[in-house]
Amino acid sequence: MRFRIHVALKNGVHDPQGEAAHRVLKRNGMDAFKDVRIGKFIDVDLDASTAEEAKVLVENASKELFANTVIERYWIEELS
Amino acid sequence: MRVTVVTFPGSNCDRDVQRAFSDKLGCHVIKAWHEDSSLAETDAVILPGGFSYGDYLRTGAMAARAQLMPAIKAFAERGGPVLGICNGFQILCEAQLLDGALLRNESLGFICEDVRVSVEADDTLWTRGLKGKEFTLPIAHGDGNYFAEEATLDALEKEGRVVLRYEARNPNGSCRRIAAISNKARNVVGLMPHPERASDELIGGTDGLLFLGGLLRGAAK
Repeated sequence: MRFRIHVALKNGVHDPQGEAAHRVLKRNGMDAFKDVRIGKFIDVDLDASTAEEAKVLVENASKELFANTVIERYWIEELS
Repeated sequence: MRVTVVTFPGSNCDRDVQRAFSDKLGCHVIKAWHEDSSLAETDAVILPGGFSYGDYLRTGAMAARAQLMPAIKAFAERGGPVLGICNGFQILCEAQLLDGALLRNESLGFICEDVRVSVEADDTLWTRGLKGKEFTLPIAHGDGNYFAEEATLDALEKEGRVVLRYEARNPNGSCRRIAAISNKARNVVGLMPHPERASDELIGGTDGLLFLGGLLRGAAK
């Protein structure tokens, strides 16, 4: 079963990369952009007997390793 | 005094830390490897700077889950002194032995320069008797921007757990100019500056020895 874990800085945590990208957009005349936040995603493939069990495993791995919940939030997408 | 210096793949300040403690402070240095399953008898554990696991995922994230970490956590829980320098500080935050996290520098660039820091809390092993003292210490990091939620920052201040603060200028965007913090029990400390790189008059001065030498001052009491 395949899943994609999206990880991004929490709202309110300063994202200097996003701000730098935002400044570049503005400098290039793309004024419509009000905010830019940069994150990452992690694709995993795992064996589990049920989809429910797989989701629990992915949730635990996200909490334990893929995201640092002090600064980041994550959401899980099931891939077909 | 027996000091354990842990090496992870990608640690690059381990030799400097070993030399500061052995050659400059006369300690017996024990070299530990991240895959060891236990610690030899020791008076302190140091997590040195570097780029453990190539900073993959997040700085310190992989090292915080290394094979030796449960033994280090148990040592800390027994009250043993644990010091994290730079990447070691990042590892201690990832291991949840310290509050908060280190984010990318506000400037996005890697910073390598001397900074002035002042001692705010003198109830850690490393800063005992040094309250108000100012040090010049080198920093060298891309992710030294200390972050914690407001409530956590307030608690750190109220409980006197801000150990070092950048003086005059904030080099990396850290919340409240925090350069070093401790846990509640005061035995786990993390700092971004490199005291081991200020342990010889020939390079960097010797302010770092005052900090690292706290281990000996503590023993003398």
